Amino acid sequence: MFRRTSHYCSLHAQNFLGAFGRLLRQPIGSAMTVTVIAIALALPAGLRVLLNNFETLSGSWAGAIDFSVYLNMEIEESRARELATELEGRDDVTQVVFVPREAALEEFQSYSGFGDALDALEQNPLPHALIVRPAVDSRDQIEELAEDLSELAETDLVQVDTAWVERMRSMLLLIARIVDLATVLLALAVVLVIGNTIRLEINNRRTEIEVVKLVGGSDAFIRRPFLYMGLCYGLSGAMLAMLTILLSLFTLAGPVRSLAGLYGSSFALRGLTPEQALWLLGTGAVLGWAGAGIATARHLRAIEPT
Amino acid sequence: MIRFENVHKRYPSGRDALSGVSFEMQKGEMAFLTGPSGAGKSTLLKLIALIERPTRGTVLVHNQNTSRIRRRQIPYFRRRIGIVFQDHKLLNDRTIFDNVALPLVIAALRRRDIERRVRAALDQVGLLGREMHSPLTLSAGEQQRVGIARAVASRPDLVIADEPTGNLDPGLSLEIMQLFERFNKVGVTMLIATHDLDLLDRLDHRRLRLDSGKIARVTADV
Repeated sequence: MFRRTSHYCSLHAQNFLGAFGRLLRQPIGSAMTVTVIAIALALPAGLRVLLNNFETLSGSWAGAIDFSVYLNMEIEESRARELATELEGRDDVTQVVFVPREAALEEFQSYSGFGDALDALEQNPLPHALIVRPAVDSRDQIEELAEDLSELAETDLVQVDTAWVERMRSMLLLIARIVDLATVLLALAVVLVIGNTIRLEINNRRTEIEVVKLVGGSDAFIRRPFLYMGLCYGLSGAMLAMLTILLSLFTLAGPVRSLAGLYGSSFALRGLTPEQALWLLGTGAVLGWAGAGIATARHLRAIEPT
Repeated sequence: MIRFENVHKRYPSGRDALSGVSFEMQKGEMAFLTGPSGAGKSTLLKLIALIERPTRGTVLVHNQNTSRIRRRQIPYFRRRIGIVFQDHKLLNDRTIFDNVALPLVIAALRRRDIERRVRAALDQVGLLGREMHSPLTLSAGEQQRVGIARAVASRPDLVIADEPTGNLDPGLSLEIMQLFERFNKVGVTMLIATHDLDLLDRLDHRRLRLDSGKIARVTADV
């Protein structure tokens, strides 16, 4: 029993290696097919990775919406600092950062692009500000906190925008749906590309298939190398897709970091998680096998020795 | 071993290849199928290998009514028959070893057994030592011998050959026929289609003469 099983396994291993060998023997043709598959896999997978990154980003924003509390112009720096400490004592506040008006001006000058215009002003138009990070995350509690803050005597204006986070979330949901749709269509494309490649391969090996049928090869025996070939195409495509995604993320990492820096965030792009990588490989393998399965089911039966 | 009972074969084109053919071959027998081109020799062999199905009548092989063999069972049925073709149908992108090993690989023999049997088969046709070459490096006669080695490698008890010497000169043809005789001596049933009558005069086996799809004459062993 064991011997039979191990024999069976070694036959499959031979088929698998043989299929890879065949791919390598036609390097240019195989490379083109694998690239097409890789692009079709990398597009949805890459979009999904980006989407995950945005979701993390919007999640972290929604969890920590900072209030900008602009104080009245006449408030002195010492009072502002006191107020910061007082507010930090509240249960529903995590952290309060005091932004002196000079620092605010400096930052505004360097990042806003209005540097020259601001230089023309005689005095700093900006007030002291407090950046308040709430410790609560339900909408009601956040609104309550906002109200408290605006009722303070020192407060000129409290700025908090939750609506855009909601808007962005529903937009992300829409984009996620579009990516789902693209995933299905591109998966179909992968199946068709592999199916067509296997169909051509079957035609090329027509004589061989006839001979194998004449010496008693069963349908399963004849089908197997083609199925493994589909599997190899799918797996190679998935690996190349992974490489493409990693390279793209690598290229994007720098610009994203400086963009995040502009918003005072330490956000960095996350690549494929190991689970996502396994998913990608698995999907490639399954689609390859499926494409080859369809091609063999349609075309092998038609080849009979005459 | 083989029995045809009133077998008719009409191709979709409407041509009658065989009409009312009946004959029988015993186990261990060697016989020649003769007749002009188009007489139905190939069709008769194709019916034995289930490459074609009879339009009417019964074909029994290995005491098995071939009409009861379903498509899925055909591969297993064919594994018990060795087939030699006029154009030997070798795979030129594989070595001689791999060509002869093909039926054994299909039958899922173990590597060690495959190697042993391929060597034995190549030894019998006198080509031992050339295993790793391509069939293209061989002469026509040698290629046909590889085809024969492949047909006998799985040790079938029935071998059918369709014009195996069709492309060979008389000397090589005789060699091939003598090779068949050797296999027959160890008990393999042999049915060989040929139109090479000069060659047959030098061999004494039963002859079935087909003409226009009918058995015209049966010549008993001399």
